[in-house]
Amino acid sequence: MDTALLEQHFNEKIDQDIRIEPKDWMPDHYRKTLIRQISQHAHSEIVGMLPEANWITRAPSLRRKAAALAKVQDEAGHGLYLYSACETLGVDRDDLFADLHSGKAKYSSIFNYPTLTWADMGAIGWLVDGAAIMNQVPLCRASYGPYARAMVRVCKEESFHQRQGYEIMLTLCNGSDEQKKMAQDALNRWWWPSLMMFGPTDKDSKHTEQSMRWRIKRFTNDELRQKFVDVTVPQAELLGLTVPDKDLKWNEERGHYDFGEIDWKEFFNVISGNGPCNKQRIEARKSAWDNGAWVREAANAHAEKKAKRKAA
Amino acid sequence: MQDQNKFNYIIQQADNCLILGQRLAELCGHGPVLEQDIATTNISLDLIGQARLFYQYAAELQEEGKTEDDLAYLRDAWDFKNVLLVEQPNGDFGKTIFRQFLYDTFSCYFYEELMKSSDERLASIAAKSHKETLYHMKWSGDWVIRLGDGTEESHNRIQQSVNELWSYKDEIISVNAVDQEAEKAGYGVSLELIKEKRNEKIKAVLEEATLTTPEGDYAHKGGKEGTHSEHLGFILADLQFLQRAYPGNEW
Repeated sequence: MDTALLEQHFNEKIDQDIRIEPKDWMPDHYRKTLIRQISQHAHSEIVGMLPEANWITRAPSLRRKAAALAKVQDEAGHGLYLYSACETLGVDRDDLFADLHSGKAKYSSIFNYPTLTWADMGAIGWLVDGAAIMNQVPLCRASYGPYARAMVRVCKEESFHQRQGYEIMLTLCNGSDEQKKMAQDALNRWWWPSLMMFGPTDKDSKHTEQSMRWRIKRFTNDELRQKFVDVTVPQAELLGLTVPDKDLKWNEERGHYDFGEIDWKEFFNVISGNGPCNKQRIEARKSAWDNGAWVREAANAHAEKKAKRKAA
Repeated sequence: MQDQNKFNYIIQQADNCLILGQRLAELCGHGPVLEQDIATTNISLDLIGQARLFYQYAAELQEEGKTEDDLAYLRDAWDFKNVLLVEQPNGDFGKTIFRQFLYDTFSCYFYEELMKSSDERLASIAAKSHKETLYHMKWSGDWVIRLGDGTEESHNRIQQSVNELWSYKDEIISVNAVDQEAEKAGYGVSLELIKEKRNEKIKAVLEEATLTTPEGDYAHKGGKEGTHSEHLGFILADLQFLQRAYPGNEW
């Protein structure tokens, strides 16, 4: 079959919502787009472990400590099966790591912000995981089978994390003045970066149109961002917290909240490496990887010796 | 307090679980490979879970209306009765592994005996924990073998950790007055029995790992009586920070 025919067949499948599987023919650009997106997502999971791991040893109760450990472990698990989904497209996990460490591969910019108080554990669960869910639920119907299936599991766990985060916020907001202050301060710092998680506005998003055509993406960045604001503002009110946006207002006519302009200068600054923790996050990943080299080598050497002894 | 000695006995093991769980928690997100990051976090989670069961029981026996968190967060170092082994720093992966192996070879056999405790609550905590520690001991033992047998570098590194930690090996099976009374009363275990099984296991794994058993049997002690290394103060400063800085709150 020539490429044009294959591509026609591929497009028909996409239009009929038939899943593309690893062994199916797919256009090169589709494969590359998926590798970029899935690996970016996997990297976000494992870099995302770091800001939360920062508070595990200081968690204020044993119940919270256990929950935090379980949550960060879930994230490692998400990374693991997203890397596996990526490997079905013909790339190696180690090569993906190399791209992360060299700065070639991106990850969600939100994790370049620091976790300064315990309330950040609540705000991350509530806002960051909340935004992630908005982004990810439609991906459970993404056209590429292994990705869609991985996302079903990821989404289930993320919604649990989101509730857990909100519950941390709720406990703080029902607590002492200092605890309320902690919660408000966390919302102030995480609100805008959370809105940025949906990516640039539709007119500036270079991948959206093609990804929508391929049904890797189902909604635009701006649609999802609006949905997030609409869902989250009433939750903030329930907590008794103030969303740090003076332009935020319910628009009766639109049936949506209007909200202020995102500081896109900050967004592009953080993406290009100038966020408060970009260097520290990559450095932490790199040093874990480099310090672990001798361990991985030992495991391989032992496995080889064992196989040889078995054969002899 | 219903039974001071039982309280003390439970606290010894609860503190071992908490402090080692806390040490392993420091590693979360920094493992040498994703699968092992998940494994150490998982063990940390199991240990914190065990600590909670013991503290909850201890708090009930105490009859002062205190909680698991009061015991974990509001005692100072001298009240902690964990052994010095579990407060040793993580070091490299080899040191983390060998510290874990020395602990697992205790806890696994300890729970195996404690399952027979005359105290039903202790027996049931032990039964649940024993299942977990079987996995832990398999995991840490396999890694001692992998690192010992692997490359020259890994062999040298883990051998160094074996040498460094050797003098922290035996405090955990040393018998103090609390252990004696617990065994006599029937809710505690015979540490002599555990010692034998444990030493055999350690010997077998070191052999398979082609590692040399260090000479000398000097054992650092003090933890079980509340006299710790310099490390514990920092561990507690980290662990207890929020409860100390903002006392009396719900979290």
